Amino acid sequence: MNDKQIAIKSENLVKKFGNFVANDHLTFEVAQGEIFGFLGANGAGKTTAIKILCGISKPTSGNIRVAGFDVYTENEKIKKNIGYMSQRFSLYEELSIWENLRFYGGIYGLSAKTIRERSEAVLKRLGLEDQRNAHVRSLPLGWKQKLAFSVAILHRPGIVFLDEPTGGVDPITRRQFWDLIYEAAADGITVFVTTHYMDEAEYCQRVSIMVDGRIVALDKPTALKNTYSCKSMEEVFLKLAR
Amino acid sequence: MEAFIKKEFFHIFRDVRSMMILFGMPIVQLLVFGFAISTELNNAGIAIYDQSRDPMSKQLVQKIVSSGYFELQQVFSTNAEIEAGFKSGKIKAAIVIGKDFEKHFIQQDGAQIQIIADASDPNTASIISNYLQGITRAFQAEKLPNLKLPVEIKTESRLLYNPEMRSVFMFVPGTIAIILMLVSAMMTSISIAREKETGTMEILLASPLKPWQIILGKVTPYVILSFINAMTIVVVAWLVFEMPIKGSFLLLMGEAILFIVMSLTLGILISTVSPTQQVAMLLSMFALMLPTILLSGFIFPIENMPVVLQGISNIMPSRWFIIIMKSIMVKGSGFMYVWKETLIILGMTVFFGILSIKKFKIRLS
Repeated sequence: MNDKQIAIKSENLVKKFGNFVANDHLTFEVAQGEIFGFLGANGAGKTTAIKILCGISKPTSGNIRVAGFDVYTENEKIKKNIGYMSQRFSLYEELSIWENLRFYGGIYGLSAKTIRERSEAVLKRLGLEDQRNAHVRSLPLGWKQKLAFSVAILHRPGIVFLDEPTGGVDPITRRQFWDLIYEAAADGITVFVTTHYMDEAEYCQRVSIMVDGRIVALDKPTALKNTYSCKSMEEVFLKLAR
Repeated sequence: MEAFIKKEFFHIFRDVRSMMILFGMPIVQLLVFGFAISTELNNAGIAIYDQSRDPMSKQLVQKIVSSGYFELQQVFSTNAEIEAGFKSGKIKAAIVIGKDFEKHFIQQDGAQIQIIADASDPNTASIISNYLQGITRAFQAEKLPNLKLPVEIKTESRLLYNPEMRSVFMFVPGTIAIILMLVSAMMTSISIAREKETGTMEILLASPLKPWQIILGKVTPYVILSFINAMTIVVVAWLVFEMPIKGSFLLLMGEAILFIVMSLTLGILISTVSPTQQVAMLLSMFALMLPTILLSGFIFPIENMPVVLQGISNIMPSRWFIIIMKSIMVKGSGFMYVWKETLIILGMTVFFGILSIKKFKIRLS
């Protein structure tokens, strides 16, 4: 594979907080357009790694390139080419749906016209056309999450990082959320998603499983199930995490 | 950037609490300070114990009562009543006029007046006794214009810049300092802490916006609103309390902007160390508001403080700002007279600015 087809390349990513090693020599590659599941129990170091890949925090050591740019020196270029949806809900509750779209479009430097067109498309896709002026606070959690995802890819980034996007959401809404993810991937957006719902892991093209800061397994879900002779990803995960 | 500032305005205008702090509080504070904190004397309750009851003593009493500063609450006829009168709390002072007042007064051989003041409130007591002495002296001069006092030292006091000793001249600059500090520092620190709390700060950091753009976007609305506030206060103070602006209005506003920017850097600094809105609010309250009120010379004169506190008051930005405000508004001084204080505030701005940018960066890595 040449550089263009590799969206994320991480070689020996290490992040230490004092003596605590949060990320211990993470090595993986994510191909352009792939849906990559980044699995692990709470506290395994997923969020730490995602923050480094997004350029919010600096790694201690390692050779990491995101969207073809170096995380140490080309931080700003990376930020223009990614979208990020954090674990915590990330829209402004006091602002309306429309204002949130306009704001995020604005900070990514989209023109007013582009923002209007894409926002209309988002509202149509989500069926929120008649609620554009509703405050985000008044929306149910599932809708908020779907909206947050749409906002994160409003500027058509090459890669989108989703940090536990479906936390606390019911199974039906989660399913709908994954439909959105598939649509984004079909448009060529690389999806890097962390989750601890193992049914969601099955939807990913490849997954890595992190335990205590290290990657202990990395493959297609079917291949992992074969290797560990399990029926579901849930079993694989429990086997490895123990 | 533009989108950011717009969004921040929406935020402020949607939030009732923010609006209250921004626009309600300054006016309320100004009016409360204006009417409540006053070193002027109005209608203080007094009692008279006139032992002579002759025409001269009655004229004196008349003069005291008609001065407007006092309200005659009680008339005593025995010494015992005086104590009871003070205990009832209705009177702040009692005036005892000695026997044969008129006779002694005309013969000039020691007419006696005793002023007894309730010093459980020392400030009022000394103001009352000063006023009463002034009135009796004037009375004496009026009745005996040819009187030569035994020792002829004439002290003539002239009160420059504020001849009526109006306390509004003192508190308006102080109130402006407090309000600008409150709005700028507290509101910015809370609003940045809110982004941290809700998680939107992370999204902003992951966006192509640079940290300085985020900060600038956050503080710009507050600069504008604080500035509007400063002007409102000056106008209200002028309309309601007849606070003058003898110096240059432009210079005044320029200094206000400098102080606002200084407060904002403090606000940013506070937000970098506070994880939540509550912490930011408490920190602003205790680390900024209280020292500003207590140590800036706003309420307690710096000259009367213990040396240690005088030293601490030197690092209170508001102390210097109040000096500048007073000089410009009351004395009409130009920039040449306040450049030193301006330089101090400028220095503080740079210091806090660099410190908060450093802190902000540390938090990122």
